[in-house]
Amino acid sequence: MKAQDFLDDAAIGSIDIVENTHKALRKAQQIDNDYNYFYNFNEDAIRQAEEIQRRINEGQRLRFAGLPVSVKDCICVKGLESAAGSRILQGYRPLFDATAIKRLKQEGAIIMGKTTQDEFGFGSFSTNTHKFPKNPHDMSRCTGGSSGGSAGMTAKADFAHISIAESTGGSIACPASFCGVIGLTPTYGRVSRYGLIDYANSLDKIGVMGKNIFECKLALEIMSGKDDKDGTSLDAFSHQKRKIRKVGVIKETLSEGIDEGVRINVMRTIQNLEDFGIVAEEISLPLSSGYALAAYYIIAMSEASTNLAKYCGLRYGAAEKLDGNFNEYFSNVRSKYFGDEAKRRIILGTFARQSGFREAFYLKAMKLRTLIIEEYKKAFNEYDLLVSPTMPVIAPKFSAIQNLTPMQNYLMDIMTVGPNLAGLPHLTLNSGMSNSMPVGIQFIADHMKEDMLVSMGEMFEP
Amino acid sequence: MPTKDDILKVARSARLSLTISELDKFTDDANEILAAFEKIKEVDTENVEPSFQPIRNTNIMREDIVIESLRQDEALKNAEHRKDAYFKGPRIT
Repeated sequence: MKAQDFLDDAAIGSIDIVENTHKALRKAQQIDNDYNYFYNFNEDAIRQAEEIQRRINEGQRLRFAGLPVSVKDCICVKGLESAAGSRILQGYRPLFDATAIKRLKQEGAIIMGKTTQDEFGFGSFSTNTHKFPKNPHDMSRCTGGSSGGSAGMTAKADFAHISIAESTGGSIACPASFCGVIGLTPTYGRVSRYGLIDYANSLDKIGVMGKNIFECKLALEIMSGKDDKDGTSLDAFSHQKRKIRKVGVIKETLSEGIDEGVRINVMRTIQNLEDFGIVAEEISLPLSSGYALAAYYIIAMSEASTNLAKYCGLRYGAAEKLDGNFNEYFSNVRSKYFGDEAKRRIILGTFARQSGFREAFYLKAMKLRTLIIEEYKKAFNEYDLLVSPTMPVIAPKFSAIQNLTPMQNYLMDIMTVGPNLAGLPHLTLNSGMSNSMPVGIQFIADHMKEDMLVSMGEMFEP
Repeated sequence: MPTKDDILKVARSARLSLTISELDKFTDDANEILAAFEKIKEVDTENVEPSFQPIRNTNIMREDIVIESLRQDEALKNAEHRKDAYFKGPRIT
């Protein structure tokens, strides 16, 4: 059942919310047994469903009445273990809801559980964690990452459902592409980051995954808007249908280093845009294409290394017996519970910020970000949207991922880091299949122009 | 480019103790990754202002009024080690 139909029926009271929640949870648990999409399920879901049913019966109009919602592990849900995929946060039960979750709950959303992800979002395949989600189209392949469980669950759920995910450098786009679902990442600041277990503060964005653009749009409208608890939060999103006249096809993303099946597939979709009266022209973005990856990773690692300093076995999460002095104790807990990729990023981020290197790496990357934003802004003077493949490949097999070096891993994000670094909203839609696996096409809009993306998403639906 | 000693020093300041094999691995990784990152040196950023955030907004203030925050007993709920109304930590020396 489509979310739109579900919500229409729920609004007039023709869906038994409690029964639907029972069914959705049972189904999600079955899927999880085979595909590893959840770390945990919400023990409080049925009680929440009963309350929503009561509110509907009282005549309250709820925009998300009884809709089952899965949530990426890094987004805090009150009382539900939220560990960002990391062992160092095991057992942590937040005392509050993230603002995005609070707003969804107010509109009647029912939280099903927390979805699997790379530890703190550090990865592109959801394999940097202790439970690997499997691709819904081929279990020997990954879902992509870091919001892997969210994408897989969105693809497999045969009931009305959305997933709330998060992107720092492409963590919504990548798994949406690999699993064949819609992934909408808003402008930086559109959705409050309060209650998001942070990876890199100047890059993190809460977004949404769904089967149809309708529920993605509605979720963004509900979650977005200013929040006293996040000084970077911006005005709410309210969709206005837009006419898209001209798109810029980013030349560098369709040349070297891209899988031929993906290239052909995305080119065909771009040609089909002309049937909608949209002009597609090639545009070159040399700075974004050539330097965003390095600038992104330097900033992301630098910020991550400071954010992760707070995990030391003291106030929450994993702890050990209080032995040794504070240096010994903190080092012991951190060395034992952080995964390899977290350690790598802490080391590199700390290195890039230390005196003697700060100017050459960290500050230089921040300056490059200014130039890359300017490059995009210039392009948006001419084009309504920019377009590229989302990922250079289809979802890789687990056996192939094992052989990649960390740098080869990072290179997978070449097409998604640009808009993420610049804080630009972007949308991944399914472009078709290559080698029986989904291929994603990515649309990028100017800051605060999510309505252009949603309008494009609407065109893709029958 | 960082040597093993550099990586060890950085890890120590970030409160990570590394095994010998981790030290070897992270030193090799750091050299490969930082060599790739050096690419940013090709771009002239003379007189360019850094963007610490992608969206420029300044002086975001809130009213200076007291609002409710976490209660002490709630704040302690997720801590393994606590004594009376405090977090209990390792000794300082």
